[in-house]
Amino acid sequence: MTTSAISVSGLRKAYQDKVVLDGVDFEVRAGTVFSLLGPNGAGKTTTVNVLTTLLRADGGTVRVAGHDIATDAKAVRAAIGVTGQFAAVDELLTGRENLQLMADLNRKVAGNGERVVAQLLERFELTASADKPASTYSGGMRRKLDLAMTLVGDPQIIFLDEPTTGLDPRSRRTMWSIVRDLVADGVTVFLTTQYLEEADQLADRVAVLDRGRLVAQGTPDELKRLIPGTHVRLRFTTAAELDAAAVVFPEATRDDEALALRVPADGGTKSLRALLDRLDEHSLSAEECSVHTPDLDDVFLALTGHTTEAAK
Amino acid sequence: MSANSHALVMLRRNVKHLTRNPTSVFNAVLMPIIIMLMFVYMFGDAFSVGVDYIDYATPGLILLAVCYGLGGTATAVNSDMTKGIINRFKVMDVSRGAVLTGHVIASVLTNVIAIAALVGVAFLLGFSPSASLTDWLGVAGVAVLLAFAAGWFTVALGLSAKSPETAGMAAVPLVMLPFFSSAIVPAEKMGPGLRQFAEYQPFTPIIETMRGLLRGAPDTTDAAVAVAWCVVIALVGYLWARSTFTKRA
Repeated sequence: MTTSAISVSGLRKAYQDKVVLDGVDFEVRAGTVFSLLGPNGAGKTTTVNVLTTLLRADGGTVRVAGHDIATDAKAVRAAIGVTGQFAAVDELLTGRENLQLMADLNRKVAGNGERVVAQLLERFELTASADKPASTYSGGMRRKLDLAMTLVGDPQIIFLDEPTTGLDPRSRRTMWSIVRDLVADGVTVFLTTQYLEEADQLADRVAVLDRGRLVAQGTPDELKRLIPGTHVRLRFTTAAELDAAAVVFPEATRDDEALALRVPADGGTKSLRALLDRLDEHSLSAEECSVHTPDLDDVFLALTGHTTEAAK
Repeated sequence: MSANSHALVMLRRNVKHLTRNPTSVFNAVLMPIIIMLMFVYMFGDAFSVGVDYIDYATPGLILLAVCYGLGGTATAVNSDMTKGIINRFKVMDVSRGAVLTGHVIASVLTNVIAIAALVGVAFLLGFSPSASLTDWLGVAGVAVLLAFAAGWFTVALGLSAKSPETAGMAAVPLVMLPFFSSAIVPAEKMGPGLRQFAEYQPFTPIIETMRGLLRGAPDTTDAAVAVAWCVVIALVGYLWARSTFTKRA
């Protein structure tokens, strides 16, 4: 399939005089996972809110499922499913009642509600707690229920705004496998995240958003190619040792604060042995030695000049 | 599926909330009765209002019952807003007004139950109105109109507040307002300033209308002013709620 599920061009949004989105363009092909990556405050949630018809754009055109969000919001709403940043479940209702509520409001499942609800409970392993109030659910269960509610009526495009923020590693992996299953069923997923690993794991394409602008987009591999390659990181115990090692490896970059040296290397055993031999020749030993392949964190740092953490 | 059936789904949700949240029912139904017992037994003999105190106070307490129910409405609406439930409905192909209409109707229903309970207890305490069936229908009409108007206004308050706590606080003036009207004691017995306030605030003509109806001698001027106030409050509340609902994301 080569059709566009979402196409955004020149999207702008400002609150009073604070510009949040400053001319954003991207395309999401149907049946793929597109991840919008960025630190807090980059404009990820604003983008989701505009694309899902919650907020009006100040400029640009956005088409979702072939419909213009400005003139045909109703048709957009009928085609999408949205899971916001905070699990929006009704705590006074049970899991089953929450899903039934969605089914009752969905034109596509009219009359078929109970079966749809039972299937979703089964699929998300919530059957055992189906008749307990959602207020008693754990964080991971709430997120699952939230996503199950989004899937009532089988929307073809799903927006997930930071779906794993605040989840423990195990629930996060469960979430990831659910997203993969959705894509296998042909659903298009638009995902925002501040976790580079998450984008790396799930996304076919990643766009990096920083201060309202896209600073890069491509496949995770393309983005990784944007920055310097594999290196070996040597950490020393004293500044004197670091100085001595820096003379031995003039091609390396040093990190005085961590007493570490980043030596370009390909990660193979041969080059690693050569590197260690050179250290030996000069009677130097590093306290710690690690092989580093670039991840999206490095990409982010290289592209924006600040890390994801620093922006928080 | 029509807008009406969506509103019905929302109403069913709100009614479930009421049955699972005993504190809000307590506040809405029992508090007005407790206040009635307090005023009638503790203070009733101290106020000379020209008639039996229970006959004087019941119309005002009906109003108080409406107001006490509103705190729960404001909190419920705000919790839907701040917890993202309203956004969830907004991104669905659900008719725009349904969620708000559901809250307003649930609020009116709570009020009706509270008023019925209150009037029942009033009869036990010796309430003896001389109203005809038509007068009673008038009382019911005014009460529902007020509940509807105040309901829209409270929904708007709830949508605008920052948190459920501030939403609850925002409804407090509504609960206090009846005390500064002719609900508990006649306005002419109040001090200067307060008296003028009590005479001209919207609740006084509404109470006086019900009082007139229950005496079997309705005052058309009061009734006209009361209905006008209700229409204005409903309209302001509705427009405010609609615009906040559309804007806030």
